[in-house]
Amino acid sequence: MQIPVVRNILEANARIAADLKDFFAGKGILVLNLMSSPGAGKTTLLERTLTDLAPELRMAVVEGDLQTDNDARRVAATGAQAVQINTEGGCHLTSSQVQEAIKSLDLEGLDILFIENVGNLVCPAEFDVGEDFKVTLLSVAEGDDKPEKYPLMFHISAALVLNKVDLLPYVDFDLDRASRHARVLNECISVFPVSARSREGLDAWYDWLRQRLAAKRASA
Amino acid sequence: MHELSIAQSLIALIEDEMAKHGKKTLLTVKIKHGRLSAVVPEALEMGFTALTMDTRLAGARLELEEIPVVLRCRACSREFTPEGSSAFAPCPGCGEELGHAVVSGRELYIEYLELE
Repeated sequence: MQIPVVRNILEANARIAADLKDFFAGKGILVLNLMSSPGAGKTTLLERTLTDLAPELRMAVVEGDLQTDNDARRVAATGAQAVQINTEGGCHLTSSQVQEAIKSLDLEGLDILFIENVGNLVCPAEFDVGEDFKVTLLSVAEGDDKPEKYPLMFHISAALVLNKVDLLPYVDFDLDRASRHARVLNECISVFPVSARSREGLDAWYDWLRQRLAAKRASA
Repeated sequence: MHELSIAQSLIALIEDEMAKHGKKTLLTVKIKHGRLSAVVPEALEMGFTALTMDTRLAGARLELEEIPVVLRCRACSREFTPEGSSAFAPCPGCGEELGHAVVSGRELYIEYLELE
């Protein structure tokens, strides 16, 4: 007997993600899902951001990691709240993991929650975790054809941070080419060339965070 | 390798539907997956086989059908499928490169089950 079903296979993840989104909206917290390949500099960008914006914003981090708590310790060293999710080899975070993890955070008065996903440009794109926006990080050491190779990730991201621009003199990375391809996939994507190490370009990224937070609060 | 967690969710849905319809045996699952969803059929089959071993779902047939990417041009509204391996391309009608909407290609769903 053939039974028509037509159910989204990831509906359970999508349902919890939608619940989380409502929950965060009620608290006025801007939630960003930070994704990249391993080593693009997500944690370094977070360390800088948490340190530089600490005087004006309350921020916390959910750290996804395959095995270790190295990143959570680095983030916690800035003074921000951090909670670790070990995926035990899993290649992406799920909404239920985030739902569980935020129980150990004090969310009162929080402005921004960063969710640092597992380093991977494919799998995390399929799993919403309650975020307002996805942010993809790409380092100039990786190759400017990444948007072409991983179209979905760039198509669904609201912002693209091109990190490690201090290395541009030493690598064959064409900023314009990468930005152009990202725009082909997503015309509205905001592109931020930065160096989390030298701090170049970070002000534009910080302004984007402030604007997105203000917009979220204004629409509440 | 997110196919393993897809297989897990898939199994939960199948069990739910079987209970709903009072059936005990799964013969076939038909899955449609959009090209942008980057599901590797072999990996999904392997995950499903591994997770259903020694359960009542063991031995069921997985049928996978890929749905091509269809874009709608922002400028002229023409719908088209990019040629070759690229997931995005300029509109073949008017040449517009930016702002195409994804009409299909992101799906990942069970179309039907064959139960007994």
